[in-house]
Amino acid sequence: MTFLFYLFAALALFGGIGVVVCRNPVSAAFSMVLSFLGLASLFIQLDAYLVGTLQILVYAGAIMVLFLFIIMLLDVPEEEKRRFPFISFAGAGAVVTAFLVLVVLVLNRGGTAGRPLPAIVPSEPGHSDVHRIGELLFGTYWFPVQIVGVLLLAATVGVVVLSKKELK
Amino acid sequence: MPMPLSPFDRMDWHLIIAAAIKIVVFVFFVTLPLVAMSVWAERRVSAAIQDRVGPNRVGPFGLLQAVADGIKFLLKEDFTPAHVRKFYFWLAPALTMVPALLTCAVLPFGSQLFGEKMVIADLDVGPLFVFAIASLTVYGIVLAGWASNSKYPFLGGVRSTSQMISYEICMGLSIVPLVMIYGDLNLGRIVHEQAQNGWALLPLWGEGLSLKGFILAIPMFVSFVIFTTSMFAETNRLPFDLPECETELVAGYHTEYSSMKFALFFLGEYAAMIIGSGLCVTLFLGGWSLPFGWLAPATIDSEVPWWQGLIHIGAFFAKVIGFILFFIVVRWTLPRFRYDQLMRLGWVFFFEIALANVVLTAILLWVLK
Repeated sequence: MTFLFYLFAALALFGGIGVVVCRNPVSAAFSMVLSFLGLASLFIQLDAYLVGTLQILVYAGAIMVLFLFIIMLLDVPEEEKRRFPFISFAGAGAVVTAFLVLVVLVLNRGGTAGRPLPAIVPSEPGHSDVHRIGELLFGTYWFPVQIVGVLLLAATVGVVVLSKKELK
Repeated sequence: MPMPLSPFDRMDWHLIIAAAIKIVVFVFFVTLPLVAMSVWAERRVSAAIQDRVGPNRVGPFGLLQAVADGIKFLLKEDFTPAHVRKFYFWLAPALTMVPALLTCAVLPFGSQLFGEKMVIADLDVGPLFVFAIASLTVYGIVLAGWASNSKYPFLGGVRSTSQMISYEICMGLSIVPLVMIYGDLNLGRIVHEQAQNGWALLPLWGEGLSLKGFILAIPMFVSFVIFTTSMFAETNRLPFDLPECETELVAGYHTEYSSMKFALFFLGEYAAMIIGSGLCVTLFLGGWSLPFGWLAPATIDSEVPWWQGLIHIGAFFAKVIGFILFFIVVRWTLPRFRYDQLMRLGWVFFFEIALANVVLTAILLWVLK
């Protein structure tokens, strides 16, 4: 049903625009949640249940809750109306144009463009996307996964050390 | 150029109509009345515990009290204070109710009936889906607290955020050992496995009746305790109802709410409680299966006669109702925690124990291989 694709894509885009346009930080954070929900629905439509669920669980359910928590605790005020920021608009426009040109170039240079993707194999017991991702992460790529784990741990410890600096 | 068929294009009318019937019957004709009944049960049980009578006027045993309450809530004046942020103030009650009902989708509430699996969406990520959607309930509470634009609701909302995030982690970690033992995230297959080989907590038949089964019941019990306790925190039930704590915060996040909007918070809390009980029953107490492998279907796809299907559905709801009564009795027995005690319990005790439990299960599985 392509109808569902357009519905959820519109939801994701609507949320994305909301993040940029909303002046109230809480509204902006909430639009981001909407956009994540749209993205998760798109993943689920692609039969990627694990990725879609994790998208909601981690981003919409945990990270954005923390964002909201911080916004509320610090009581970030509503953004004030400023004069039309011509220079920032020009800069943003240039970046967007460059990105669009890049996308068009990539799409025209072969790749998967225009070719039908291989048909999706319906998942059967023991061969769901959860099992496949698990086998890849803890079988084929176990070493990179460990390294990423250590990196994240180092980053966490670093953040704790940095935030406690003035207590010494 | 023909596009590859997406799973949604494979959808046929049989599936759509069956799903629609299951949604309407399970969500609207069973779960919502169960919400009303648990409100009634809460008032009657609390009355019994406190040596009172409780609501007994409307209908036999006061059973229709919930209907009377519903009518009262609908007819009351819907007052919106002038100082609130209107849009979010209206959105928040709905946001607490919707996720609670959405999670119904993956719970297997019976084996089969007329060859139809008794689960709305047979996902391969069952428990993760429940956690993901349940983690969205916090938005309703936080937004209610923030949109009310006054101090007590705001404190309630902030408390709820940190409480929910802390206990979500414990909850997620606590079921990892269970997933390791069953090797599956599909709730239907987990229940089938338990029907054959003993429930996670009571491995008394099938392959569970062995030394391995008994030893593995130890980490299962630890998981069960952490999971159940975290569920109390996630559903804001006493002893962990700090976000609404009457003695400190008036009514916490729903102080400014009245009439049906207040009722939605109330119903959302009970719906979350029912779904939580359902998940706990499914994971640890064999879901729809009867004890000792009675009437257990041989394989997951084998035909189940309609009367056995009905018995399985009855078994599931009997267990869920038993669990709800447990929730209610705990609420009227235990005093409330202090906020720092709550956070300490979550981060210092449960988090570590749950992690150790994962390692313990891994070692046990390796030794008993």
